[in-house]
Amino acid sequence: MSAAKQEVAKRESTDVQAPKAREESLALAPAVDIYENAQGITVQADMPGVSKDGLRIQADRNSLVIEGNAVIDVPAAMEAIHAEVQATRYRRSFALSGELDAERIEATLKNGVLTLRIPKRAEFRPRKVEVRVG
Amino acid sequence: MFTNLLGGLDTNVFDEFRRLETEMDQILGRWAWPAGIRAVRRGTFPPINVGATPDRVDVYVFAGGLDPKTLDISMQQNLLAVSGSRKVEVDEAADYYRRERFDGDFRRVITLPDDVDPERVDAKYRDGVLQITVQRREAARPRQITVN
Repeated sequence: MSAAKQEVAKRESTDVQAPKAREESLALAPAVDIYENAQGITVQADMPGVSKDGLRIQADRNSLVIEGNAVIDVPAAMEAIHAEVQATRYRRSFALSGELDAERIEATLKNGVLTLRIPKRAEFRPRKVEVRVG
Repeated sequence: MFTNLLGGLDTNVFDEFRRLETEMDQILGRWAWPAGIRAVRRGTFPPINVGATPDRVDVYVFAGGLDPKTLDISMQQNLLAVSGSRKVEVDEAADYYRRERFDGDFRRVITLPDDVDPERVDAKYRDGVLQITVQRREAARPRQITVN
């Protein structure tokens, strides 16, 4: 996890120096499902064409950014005759709140679907309150 | 989709196509650019791109999280139909904030160029993209003519 965090820090500093407004506008926002249970929040994102190598997840206390580069097998001389997918990148970001533990996010990618599990810090997991009668 | 294959976003074959279409829309208005009779509303699942070379036509179906066994691909002349189903597991005990991902059965039908050979079709599914490759008939390929 520490190597991954270094990567996060590096990217943030280059982003500040060279904002990529045009690339940003070309990115697709992947469709997501987001749900919460007692353990934490789960984010699932459709990112077809993205492999493990093309995926980048940045997370800190306040934010979560999901980015992916889609790669498909295109022969050299190909011309587009129909195109509903209009960009090569996916990007979507979310604000995180303090009870979530960004250090312990688990990510899995299967068949172009990303699943992120963001656990709650132990002290924020709900405790059942017993009601005593009497 | 193909940045690393074609060397940069600007040369992306599908981006360029889309840009042109958008510009045509802006210049001429929607009505001047007739939609295909089988065109679907934007955002229909799954989105499809089609690319062609002189010898084959490739159809890319962007559908993550499929079980390839549920896919049914059929061709009648140059009409390609792809159907399947995607099941999104629901955690009954959870509170949902967003449910944007498609859940259920889908079917898409698209028209390919007239010269495709419905007997020579291949399909593969990788990283959530179904790629269907249809070969074109010999006669339709451009032929070099030598002058004697």
